[in-house]
Amino acid sequence: MADTANTSLPVAQPVRMAAPSKAADVAFKWLTLLMALSVAALLVFVGFELYQGSRLSLHQFGAKFLVTSTWDPVAEQFGAWPFIFGTLVSSLVALIIAVPLGIGTAVYLTELAPLRLRQPIISVIEMLAAVPSVIFGLWGILVLIPWLRAHLFPLLEKLFGFLPFFKGPIYGPSLLAAGIIIAIMILPIITSVSREILRSVPDLQREAAYGLGATNWEVTRIAVLSYAKRGLFGAVVLGLGRALGETMAVTMVIGNTPQVLASLFAPGYTLASVIANEFSEATGDLYLSALFEVGLVLLVVTILTNIVAQILIATTAGPRTARAVQ
Amino acid sequence: MNSTLYHRWRKAKSVCMSFATFACAVVAIAPLGFVLFYLIKEGASSVNPAFFTHLPAPVGETGGGMANAIVGTLILLGLASLIGVPAGVFGGVYLAEYGAEKVNWWIRFGADILNGVPSIVWGIVAWALVVVPMRGFSAYAGGVALGFMMIPLVIRTTEEVLLLVPNGYREAALALGIPRWRMIVQIVMKTAFKGIVTGVLLAAARIAGETAPLLFTAFGNRFWTRDLKDPIAALPLQIFNYAISPYDDWHRQAWAGALVLILVILAINIVIRALTRERFAGTGR
Amino acid sequence: MNLTLEPHQPGAATVPSHQTAAAPATPAAQPTPATEIAFEVENLHSWFGERQALYDINLHVPATAVTAIIGPSGCGKSTFLRCLNRMHELVRGARLDGLIRLFGDDIYGPRMDPTLVRRRVGMVFQKSNPFPTMTIGENVTVGLKLNGVRNRSLLNERMEKALRMAALWEEVKDSLNQPGMSLSGGQQQRLCIARALAVQPEVLLMDEPASALDPIATMKIEELIQELKKDYTIVIVTHNMQQAARCSDHTAFFYMGKLIEFDKTEKIFTNPGNKQTEDYVTGRFG
Repeated sequence: MADTANTSLPVAQPVRMAAPSKAADVAFKWLTLLMALSVAALLVFVGFELYQGSRLSLHQFGAKFLVTSTWDPVAEQFGAWPFIFGTLVSSLVALIIAVPLGIGTAVYLTELAPLRLRQPIISVIEMLAAVPSVIFGLWGILVLIPWLRAHLFPLLEKLFGFLPFFKGPIYGPSLLAAGIIIAIMILPIITSVSREILRSVPDLQREAAYGLGATNWEVTRIAVLSYAKRGLFGAVVLGLGRALGETMAVTMVIGNTPQVLASLFAPGYTLASVIANEFSEATGDLYLSALFEVGLVLLVVTILTNIVAQILIATTAGPRTARAVQ
Repeated sequence: MNSTLYHRWRKAKSVCMSFATFACAVVAIAPLGFVLFYLIKEGASSVNPAFFTHLPAPVGETGGGMANAIVGTLILLGLASLIGVPAGVFGGVYLAEYGAEKVNWWIRFGADILNGVPSIVWGIVAWALVVVPMRGFSAYAGGVALGFMMIPLVIRTTEEVLLLVPNGYREAALALGIPRWRMIVQIVMKTAFKGIVTGVLLAAARIAGETAPLLFTAFGNRFWTRDLKDPIAALPLQIFNYAISPYDDWHRQAWAGALVLILVILAINIVIRALTRERFAGTGR
Repeated sequence: MNLTLEPHQPGAATVPSHQTAAAPATPAAQPTPATEIAFEVENLHSWFGERQALYDINLHVPATAVTAIIGPSGCGKSTFLRCLNRMHELVRGARLDGLIRLFGDDIYGPRMDPTLVRRRVGMVFQKSNPFPTMTIGENVTVGLKLNGVRNRSLLNERMEKALRMAALWEEVKDSLNQPGMSLSGGQQQRLCIARALAVQPEVLLMDEPASALDPIATMKIEELIQELKKDYTIVIVTHNMQQAARCSDHTAFFYMGKLIEFDKTEKIFTNPGNKQTEDYVTGRFG
């Protein structure tokens, strides 16, 4: 072969190569480990700083902080119950709206939609997830609330005014408005996680049901939804975790009034919102500490909710669900 | 026959539910349409060259722009990347190339927890770590808050992308007598480069829209920021402040700012998702 | 400090100076004493975690010759190959026991850097894997560049030499800036061979190098092996017995992690000493 005619003994002229440095290998490994441990460092920062900052308030108010309704910076009396109430109610309203919509959409996308429609709808939902909270808030203040005040709320009052939830003066900014906005924001994650869960249901389940002569809906209900119950519940809890932490859009539409009323038309306040509004103006150590404690409550509640969600999703039967959450 | 009737009822129910889920999908995608519609309707007319080049006008006066807020967001993104990119990328390298099962599980778990922390809490942390010692709001503080948010995002995306690099390349490089760290940096990371950049861009797009962590760190500024030790304007902050103000002109500008912000974020997201979707051609569900 | 060893010069007479303490458990036929030995493998056992993959392998691989390793799937051929260039230990939980000498040097010695071993023992894999972000030229020189060689003219010289040795130069000399992945399957494999040769190893290990290639590309690889063996020691794992018969000078038959027989290829295929070997090469199983 002409090509190889020019080969001299290859090792006759060894090329001088750098001696491999064990030190470089070790150093790089430790560098990357250090960077990875930044995760641990961040967790420590978060936990420590919030706890440190709350100590004054924890010491002063103890457990009563969670159930007292007074929020009086002048008298230095602080109780977080209105915020907890507002957070829970707005999140609950959001779930009531977003869960059926989200799971329904997920069912449509995985089981029923024509193939060509699926990607566009998924893309739109992904884009919805990318919209910043403040933009929803802007739209909420200037478009949604006027419309709610003029149309939806009066309608709800007319139809359901016998319920305590829909009694009371209508201002516009309210727990219900916050719930609606939060619902819009958590819809994408509920939909996408539910979709992942539903996709992981083995086709075998569906085929078995079809084979028994079930209709489309029955296949979905029996073979898919009940199989995926746990994971879907996890998706719901994940959505809840998201809802609890929403700040900007909520602050802009909820009315920022610390009160505990039955009416959904009443303005309210959430844990995140009070921090957003009052943190930079807080005078006095106790005031600041109380806000820190609000942050601590928010942190603990959100983390616990997320852990529960992760467990539910990870333990759903099926191989692919472990990666359901991005 | 009874059974035929029952069967028709079952079929009808199925069709109803199909329609119901379809309706859900329609309702689910509607909000994006509404929001974009209003953004364009209210904001498009105000997006003019002045918007990009002028500072905010004094209170009560009309006109002015958000030049400092736009630049401020870019500066904050730069600062955040200084923290988020090295820690996130090299942390992801550790998980993918070195990690042991147990350690990795805990780090991933930790990253997932961090991803679920409300963004305002990061503002509190950065306030305690930076604003208090420095005795004032600053771009640094805002950068730290946003940077902390970037780390868990970038770690996960980097790890995923690196795991996609086929093992054959690692083996081939090691078999050539290339030291492990060079193999990782100059072969594996190079192969996964586009994916790593994509992950960083997605994280940046995410934090570019964040307002809450900046409320008491970067704080905002009606003028140019000359020194990073000073408070700095940011686009989402400006939108927020204008939106809750009583002035119509500021509302108009808030719409404009929101339109610019959403267009940039959506553009980044669409481009990235289009690029990455090409690899996974049409799966059924 | 790491030992930096000079690459061995084939041709200098070196007679293994060790005394085997115990007779090898599985009698392995030795090539004639005057032939130089590239690898002395003694009492090699290897495991993947709890599962043992190789049992007491004793083998002397002759230098500047082609040794084929044959055997049915799962018999340990590839595992054995990877013990020769310290790639086996990269698998989590893998370990081995025993002695392997490369031209007299204990490659698992306490102060022996695996990276140095891998420079002396090159490897070509079953699935060709030119680095996707590099051009043809960059692929060939990557082993040198990433080991600190900077001299442009030296790199170009080595690149041309390696491509010639891999019988690829004429086909790619005008398209060195094309991506490595733009070549055909057979060309990619030859590119990988050039890449391995550029680092000037003393031995070339080939793990089923042609199993993913069409017959013509396979033939080119086999011709290449015949040329390369003049200067290199080659150990090739193959599941294709005809290929082993065509290409190699010596053949080792592995079965269930044990070395059953090792002898000149001619003998293994025409008059094997062991019944199991005979059953395998005549196609009664495997």
